[in-house]
Amino acid sequence: MAEYAIELEGINKSFGPVRANRDIELRVERGTIHGIIGENGAGKSTLMSILYGFYQADSGKIKVNGETVTINTPNHAIDLGIGMVHQHFMLVENFTVLENVMLGAEGAQLLRGGISHARGELERLEHEYSLDVDPDGIIQELPVGLQQRVEILKALYRGAEILILDEPTGVLTPAEADHLFRILKQLKEQGKTIVLITHKLREIMAVTDNVSVMRQGTMVATRRTADTSVEELAELMVGRRVLLRVEKGEPTVGETKLRVESLTVKDSRGVTMVDNVSLDVRAGEIVGIAGVAGNGQSHLIEAITGIRRAQTGRVLLDGEPIGVTGEADPNLLRHRGLAHVPEDRHHMGLVLAFEENENAILGYHDDDKYLSGPMLNIAAIRADAEKKITKYDIRPPNPRLKTANFSGGNQQKIVLAREMERDPIVLIVGQPTRGVDVGAIEFIHKRIIEMRDQGKAVLLVSVELDEIRSLSDRILVMFAGRIVGERTPDATEGELGLLMAGVEGDKAEAAE
Amino acid sequence: MDYFSTIILVLDSTVRLSVPLLFASLAGLYSERSGVFDIGLEGKMLAGAFAGGAAAAVVGSAWIGLAAAVAISIFFALVHGFASITHRGNQIVSGVAINFIAAGSTIILGQAWFRQGGRTPALPSDGSRFTEIKLPFADTVRDVPVFGPIYSELISGHSILVYLAFLTVPFTWWVLFRTRFGLRLRAVGENPAAVDTAGISVTWLRYRAVILAGVLCGFAGAYLSVAQNAGFVKDMTAGKGFIALAALIFAKWRPVNVMLACLLFGFLDAVAIRFSGIRIPAVGEVPPQFMQALPYILTVVLLAGFIGKAIPPKAGGQPYVKER
Repeated sequence: MAEYAIELEGINKSFGPVRANRDIELRVERGTIHGIIGENGAGKSTLMSILYGFYQADSGKIKVNGETVTINTPNHAIDLGIGMVHQHFMLVENFTVLENVMLGAEGAQLLRGGISHARGELERLEHEYSLDVDPDGIIQELPVGLQQRVEILKALYRGAEILILDEPTGVLTPAEADHLFRILKQLKEQGKTIVLITHKLREIMAVTDNVSVMRQGTMVATRRTADTSVEELAELMVGRRVLLRVEKGEPTVGETKLRVESLTVKDSRGVTMVDNVSLDVRAGEIVGIAGVAGNGQSHLIEAITGIRRAQTGRVLLDGEPIGVTGEADPNLLRHRGLAHVPEDRHHMGLVLAFEENENAILGYHDDDKYLSGPMLNIAAIRADAEKKITKYDIRPPNPRLKTANFSGGNQQKIVLAREMERDPIVLIVGQPTRGVDVGAIEFIHKRIIEMRDQGKAVLLVSVELDEIRSLSDRILVMFAGRIVGERTPDATEGELGLLMAGVEGDKAEAAE
Repeated sequence: MDYFSTIILVLDSTVRLSVPLLFASLAGLYSERSGVFDIGLEGKMLAGAFAGGAAAAVVGSAWIGLAAAVAISIFFALVHGFASITHRGNQIVSGVAINFIAAGSTIILGQAWFRQGGRTPALPSDGSRFTEIKLPFADTVRDVPVFGPIYSELISGHSILVYLAFLTVPFTWWVLFRTRFGLRLRAVGENPAAVDTAGISVTWLRYRAVILAGVLCGFAGAYLSVAQNAGFVKDMTAGKGFIALAALIFAKWRPVNVMLACLLFGFLDAVAIRFSGIRIPAVGEVPPQFMQALPYILTVVLLAGFIGKAIPPKAGGQPYVKER
């Protein structure tokens, strides 16, 4: 048997003018966990999609177990024993676990025989790898951690010896992520080869044996994990030294600028998403709300900013109630000094089809300085955009470029520039660095700290615990619509993780 | 006894009237379960009806008529597939276009070929039409009370296509929930990416669904012109394709529910025909237009409020594009 499970030689892949992969060389040793790390858009997912037969490389050679192969479709990959757990689960949500596992490997034309065979096989796999899932459970009723387990089972059911996981922890709590890593280590012990794609350095250090770093479509380095450090990997990823921990001084806290009192918000189905939440944000501090996605953070922000109507409760902006249960008007609130960087910039923050300079003033376009009479003052708007581009280092520096053509990090900077430069009283930031590369993360974090130091009240919502811990002056943890605890930024990750998973505060401390 | 025979008569025409709805609705079910919305049921049915009527008139065989109807309907289905699967076009626009083409071309071709104002020649009952089949013992049991009329009037005495339509219901259920093809079909309408990564061709799967829709629309069309009526009349589908679509939504894309929904709409139609011009005390004569509009009004009312939320296949209407 060959020493390497996978060997890639000189892989090239272009999408139109974009060269997603350039002359990639990669060797994955059999029976190891091999990490591939890189910023968003570095070409990791493309490379793995080539290996899984989802895309075809323009040139290059793929060897599996020492034999040169051509992988044209996922079927070829599956036949070669390659399984993939995608970042966005490839599950049919209204199917059962069993049906999902069977799909594409049903056996005969009629399902009858296949079902009983699959059920037996699934139970055997669940037992062998202690991956417990109810075969008759409906996917959409399962928590994401279990859905991911189904994805792993799907791959194992197809006889995968090489398992590729693409950003597997993005949707998991820290505890679920740790569980996943235990599963991966166990799979490794049983002789499987695992390729783990991620942009989180912590995960690489925690589970991998070897790590390869990608940057802008090229493979820049491969290291033994034991012989490298977080700092070195970060530098390799970005191509220069990065500050991982933001430097910040003690906060100078002023009076309360944003007060939320007993806020309750229901969604369109009548389910309570925010349950009697109260909080204060004072001038000159950053309050971070930690929590696994979907625990009411989004609804909370939307209610405070007037986008969604609350059922009961009060919100005071600079001492004045803003009518969140009735007449709150997001536009008016923005003009009163409540700036909002929405969680989903594509959906709420930007019109991607607009030019950069148009997005740079969106919502504030009726400010006098952008108008001449009833018309927009195009020259003033473009001059303003140029200024923001320089100050926020937005690239490429072209205010006439369509917003869709900027990278994620630069799109986020466009939104930040718009909201921050208007000198707000309160700044609400949702997921400031989602889909943003490491270099831009550093910049964005610095800007948020600067806002704090200028005396703004900042409310930060993020599912990235590291981000919450490094930026916040106070941390609130949200679970199932309620604030389940307040901690200082020096609280341990384990303690916050337990709170995020809904373990009561006292127990969380006891468990530590 | 008078009431009883009226009920039997109404139910009998309910069955007849629901057959084209049933074929078309099941056609839509295959297509939409695979994620391809099909607003062109009407057009495919109409084109099928014309082709069936024309071929049966020229050749003199009902079966040839059926084959022609199915063939032309599959052709239109493939056009729809080519536009919306291969070229990822808008499925609604493609469907509407098919409806327009069918409505216009059947009249033009009918006039050009047969010169009867858009009709096809009347079909004699000598094998160029699907005639009524008398089931065994239909005459023997006719005089048995209750059971007799039900058997010999309601169950017996329909053309083969009627029986076929109702057999298609359990068949469709079986295909959908008991075969590999059905599992994949349902999956591709919910999450085509899951199907693609499982190593199954999304394109080929959707094409097969669309072709099946074509086959069934062809049956619906042939039923109209070669079985229920003796020849094609212009616009003879008269919105049945859309009612079939409504029935499909009403039935939440489930085969047995589809049959019940089609029977309900067929029943409303039968009542409208049977009781047009009836006098109701205090109201006076009900205008026949009202009776004709009744099924449509009820459709709106039922769809608006009485069926709860109908959740369509999640990937319905969206062309499948691999990420990026």
